[in-house]
This record gives sequence, C-alpha cells and structure tokens, in this order.
Amino acid sequence: MTSLASTPVLFQRRVLNALFQALCGICAVIAIAVLGYVLWFLFRQGITYFKPSFFTRLPDNVNPALGGIKHSILGSVSILGIALGISIPIGILSGIYQAEANGKLCQIVRFLTDVLNGIPSIVIGLFIYAIWILPYAQKHPGQGYSGIAGGAALGIMMIPLVMRTTDEMLHLVPQSLWDASLALGTPRWRTMLFVVLPSARNGIVTGIMLALARVAGETAPLLFTVLGNEFLGPITGPVDALPLRLYKYATSSDPVQNAMAWSTALTLILIVLILSILARFLTRAGKRS
Amino acid sequence: MQTTPCVTVQNVSFWYGSNQALFDINMTIPQHAVTAFIGPSGCGKSTFLRCLNRMNDRIDGSKMTGKIELSGQDIRDRSVSVEALRRTVGMVFQKPVPFPMSIYDNVAFGPRTHQLARGRALDELVEKCLIDAALWDEVKDKLKSSAMALSGGQQQRLCIARTLSVSPDVILMDEPCSALDPNSTHRIEELITRLKNEYTVIIVTHNLQQAKRISDMTGFFLRGELVEFGSSETVFGTPARKETDDYINGRFG
Repeated sequence: MTSLASTPVLFQRRVLNALFQALCGICAVIAIAVLGYVLWFLFRQGITYFKPSFFTRLPDNVNPALGGIKHSILGSVSILGIALGISIPIGILSGIYQAEANGKLCQIVRFLTDVLNGIPSIVIGLFIYAIWILPYAQKHPGQGYSGIAGGAALGIMMIPLVMRTTDEMLHLVPQSLWDASLALGTPRWRTMLFVVLPSARNGIVTGIMLALARVAGETAPLLFTVLGNEFLGPITGPVDALPLRLYKYATSSDPVQNAMAWSTALTLILIVLILSILARFLTRAGKRS
Repeated sequence: MQTTPCVTVQNVSFWYGSNQALFDINMTIPQHAVTAFIGPSGCGKSTFLRCLNRMNDRIDGSKMTGKIELSGQDIRDRSVSVEALRRTVGMVFQKPVPFPMSIYDNVAFGPRTHQLARGRALDELVEKCLIDAALWDEVKDKLKSSAMALSGGQQQRLCIARTLSVSPDVILMDEPCSALDPNSTHRIEELITRLKNEYTVIIVTHNLQQAKRISDMTGFFLRGELVEFGSSETVFGTPARKETDDYINGRFG
C-alpha cells in the first residue's frame, strides 16, 4: 500500500496552489477596487446637485445652481433610442447570417465588421458629418446638425458589436436543439426564429446592453453630429447629450457648473444601469411566460 | 414474423468525407413493430438511423449511396420534401432536448409548423399526445410553465409527445433511455411497447436486455456492416453468426 504521509512533491504542490490562488484573488480585488473607487468618487462628487430640479430644468446661466440638464437627458435617451433602432435589426440579422452562412462572402463580411469595430469613433462622426450634415448645411446655411444624425453615428458604432454578440451567442446554442427542431420537419428559418434565437436571447440582450453602455458615453461622434444645445429642441435639429453637457460643464469657468459635471456623469452611469436592469428584467419575464 | 414492410433499405453505404461509415446495408423493416439496432460504439447504427430521416443531410462532406424506400417511395427522390419526410419519420434523441418554451408550446410547436390544428383542436391534440406519452397526469396543471423545469425522464416523455404531435408513421429513437434512471427507463419501455400498435418504432440501444425485452426485430451492426438481421428471438436465442453470439454474450464490444 502507498504511504499516506505527505511527500516533498505534494508539499511543493500545496505551496504553489496557495500562491496562485492568492495571486488570482489579489488581481480580482484590484480590478473590482478600481471600479468601486470610480463609482464611489463619482457618487461623492455628483450627489451635491443630484436633486429634482437638476432633472427637470434647463441650464441657467444667470443662476447656475438652479439650472438642470433635462434637455441633455432627453437628448441622450432619444439619440440612444435611434441608435438601438438602427443597430438591433441590422446587427441581429447580419449576426444570423454570420452564424449560418458559409463561404467567401461571409468571411469578407466578418473581416470588414472587425475593421468597422476598430474605426475610432471620431472618424465615424466625421463620416456622418461629411456625407450628411455638410451637404445639407451647404444648401441650408446654419442647419444640418441633428439628433437623428447623432443616433445614426452611434448606431453604426453599435452594429459590429451587436452582430458579433449575436454570432457568438448563436454558436453557443447546442446542435441537439437544432436537430430536435429539424427532426419535427421544421424548416430552417422557423427553427432559427422560434427555437434557436429565443434560447440565445439572454446573451444577445446582454450584448446589446453592453454595446449601448459603450456608445452612451461617446462624445466625439456627437460633436460633429448633434452639436449640443442650451435648450430643448426637436431631434431633427441640434440637441444636447449627456457627454457633451459633461464636457461643457467640466470646462466651464463657473465652479457650480464644474460640480454639476460630476452630477451629469452620475446621471449618465445611472441611465446605463437602469437600462441594463430593465433589459434583464424584460428577458427574465419573457422566459417565464 | 410476417407483416407489411414499412422501410426497405437497399445497398446503403455512407461516408463522412473519405471515411466510410456504412457498408452496403440491406434490410426490410416491418410495419407496426419495434426494430432494435445493437452493436458497439462507432459501429454505424446511429448513422444509419439518421439516414432514415435524412438528418445527415446537414453534415458537410457526407455522402450516401443506395436506396431507402418508405412505403414504396424513395426518400431521396427529388419530389420528396425533407420537411414532409421528417414529419412522417419522427425522431427522439439520446438527450432529452425540450425547446425553451412552455410544456404546451413544446407539443404544439410541430402542429403549428405544419398547420395541423389551432384553437380547441390544438388543445385536444396536445392533450392526446401528452396522454399517449404517459405524461399528461404529471403536467396537466402546469402546461404553461417552462419545460426546462421537468425532470430528465419527464423531458424525454415530453420529447416523445412532441414527436407524436405531427402524427408520424415511423418513430426513430436514438438511445432514448441512456440518460435516464431505471425507473424512467422502465416507463419509456412500456410506452414504446404501446406505441407499436400505431407506429413503426426503430430504436438504437446499447442496452441488450432492453433490445431483447421490447423489440420484435433486431439488427446487429459491427464496423459499419449489418452482421445479422432477423427476429429478436432468433438473434438473441440462436444467432447465425459467431460475431453476434460473441457480442450478445459479452465476449467483446
């Protein structure tokens, strides 16, 4: 019978195990700590002006403390809504194509999507500016900037993200689920739409929310497209957005507005958080029925 | 045993790429009987089963030669729609795979696809299939709840109900009990024995006792060849080939 006593080799293994476990733990704590510090800092700085009037009023340049960012919130939400409206159908359908189709064209599309994903956001803003806003402004001087154009810029940024998530999530659906549906004589499109896509739904929704969170804070593409606004305007014209407001307040000469920049940042993070929770809630409710 | 032939298989060979998996299979599968395929892992019995409803069509680089006739009609004929074929030749898999939807919707999925029934008629059809699959009493009060919450044995019976829902003539079963406990296995076996009154059942199993208990005909596969095919009584009692005798007596495989 083998001896049950510890050996040098076993002792060495234990030490190594403890060492790496500690290392992994420390790295995990560091990663979380950075996030926690950012959130805590933001909360402490931003809470000062976090009161109802901040959300219901427009900026007040005479008495900044009474001003708010209502128009920026509405602007950001509608721009993000347009971005979602553009990126969800195109992203999901092209993601399905990526997951299901084979061949040269598919590889080309995949490569180009990666390229699109790597394009700096300011270039996309510039692109919308060049093909949309500038030609319009040349015909109608002083016009051209609009919330819709901003939504289009952010939507273009989201397409590769949504597409990639859809592709990956569809690949995670087991072949056995496909087989079970096809074996009933279900056509491929119906299997995809009613069996495969629903079982990948949670992952896809999470991916869309991550993409939305990423573009929600984008400032550069909005500079060229929505311009920013001190007043509440229709999305067919220049509108304000939270990142633009944040920049404006942070670089303002007024200390009250400087402080309000923190509250704006906090609002932006809260909106993303609320949208994520809402999406989770909706997908879970959908699964139960 | 003498009955009407249901599936006739002539000179079927099958390749995965350059790898030949089936060699010149010939057999006649009788109607309204249970036919079992046995053999060691990798002998081609599952591949052969999947030829019968053309589930192998999707595999890139696969190739089949020979002829499979269902009630006299070539299943690979151009006029045959693969959806209609799979509706006629249903399949139950090794692992129960409920769709991510309610129990009711799982069973109603097939009939909705083929537009067989709606409204009250669909309710009745779902109920009948669940009764036939011996699951109705356990789920009748929770038809709207998710099928994923059922136990493994219940899920497998749900999959059988789902297969029955499009009223097939033939039911293929690929080791339907191998993921289940003895109790659930027993229930499924009882079910199979009842099903043969209305359907032709073809089952692949690793469990020789199971094959002996429930099947009327047995085919023994080895290395892609059909070594022996005949009534279960003969194959298990007085096998004609030495390989069969060795296998069923546990001398190899």
